[in-house]
Amino acid sequence: MKKSWKEIPEGGLIVEPHTSLENKTGTWRSFRPVWDPQKCIHCMFCVFYCPDNAIPITKDDKPKRLDTNLDYCKGCGICANVCPTKAIEMVEEGDDQ
Amino acid sequence: MRKALTGAYAAAEAMRQINPDVVAAYPITPQTPIMERFAYFVNNGLVDTELIRVESEHSAMSAVVGASAAGARAMTATSSVGLALMFEVVNVASGLRLPIVMNVVNRALSAPINIHGDHSDSMACRDAGWIQIYSENPQEVYEHTLLAIKLSEDHDILLPSMIMQDGFITSHSVEPVDVLDDEVVKQFVGEFKPKHSLLFDKNPLTVGALELYDYFFETKRQQEEAMNVVKQKYYSYAEELSKLTGNKYPMVEKYFLDDAEVAIVALNSAVSTTKVVVDRLRAEGKKVGLLKIRLFRPFPYEEVQDALKNVKFVGVLDRSFSFGADAPVFAEIKNALYDLEVKPKLQSYIFGLGGRELYERDIENAFNQLLSGDVSKEKRYLNLRE
Repeated sequence: MKKSWKEIPEGGLIVEPHTSLENKTGTWRSFRPVWDPQKCIHCMFCVFYCPDNAIPITKDDKPKRLDTNLDYCKGCGICANVCPTKAIEMVEEGDDQ
Repeated sequence: MRKALTGAYAAAEAMRQINPDVVAAYPITPQTPIMERFAYFVNNGLVDTELIRVESEHSAMSAVVGASAAGARAMTATSSVGLALMFEVVNVASGLRLPIVMNVVNRALSAPINIHGDHSDSMACRDAGWIQIYSENPQEVYEHTLLAIKLSEDHDILLPSMIMQDGFITSHSVEPVDVLDDEVVKQFVGEFKPKHSLLFDKNPLTVGALELYDYFFETKRQQEEAMNVVKQKYYSYAEELSKLTGNKYPMVEKYFLDDAEVAIVALNSAVSTTKVVVDRLRAEGKKVGLLKIRLFRPFPYEEVQDALKNVKFVGVLDRSFSFGADAPVFAEIKNALYDLEVKPKLQSYIFGLGGRELYERDIENAFNQLLSGDVSKEKRYLNLRE
């Protein structure tokens, strides 16, 4: 829930850390990455290339990627482009809903 | 103590007593003597200020913005095209809610290039989110600078302030100025306590982050609210200063207005000239009066309405154009009177551009037009060759 003008610090100041977590930027997206776990080999290419760190991974010795965090994914499509197994498809937002 | 000071030196004297942490400025006529005088104070160890010499006014305002965000009491001064060059950062100062106080010596904007006084510079900044206070004489320059510190630094306000004086007419003319004791001013302005600062906050602080359509509007709404708070708190600070100086600082000052049939509205040095004419016409039995605008931003609409409600004809003196529209002061006066059932009839007078003299006879002519009910919807020009 976004805050009213009476609740935010004056002058656009950011006075505490972690406020980016409240600021969901995924609404900028016009294409959404759809990930197919069956095709994914967890090579981590998409994880390293993602400019927004929007692809979470498990904390294992051999980490596996999880589904894209759509609160922050901007839909740039780099993950789909670098995926060696074509496990990510870019779908226009709204098309399949 | 009574001192012989120009308007520029009166501003510098106030700055000396305020003893700001940081001052950054670039010389520009007719502001230069403010910073010359202040640099003398710095050189002689009379202030603790870090004086930053910069390469332009854009840098001057940027430096005081940085200093203020860091937690310093920061001041500067400028004029004319210097203010115009600052303009980008003038809006940053108010947008970031930094309580910077700046003396502006009014001078015409180029082109044609001209070094003399008119209000085209500060009026071009009237929507920049700064408190604007206009000064009739050096005494007011001195006192308004002290008052502005209190207003700007209030944690419910946190808006920058501009204190205006007319180029040369005020800035370079020596008048007696009653100056408070250094210790009295020190007590009045107090120690600067920033609400947030980059250097002194315990938590990490981000200043100047990007805000798009999701928060920008809310931040701007806060600035408007801060202007409302200026109006609410203005008189408490003005009265605090009055106790020290014995002078009064009404947002608008009424001069022979209570029984006046006609009135002139003016600000800055034209007020003094108009007072002389009012005195003379009053001696002749003519019911003329004057309304002086001290606080221009936020604009005291209710006070203006109350002061002019019984006047039949009002002439408004503007020392700048808003080309193709009502002149800046005239437009506000007209706005202020809109809600009255019986409205005074108005006449807009433009005068004094580029330092053109405003003679007593010009004001007397205007008063005579108002007294005979001769007003129009067209602008009229005082001391212009037709």
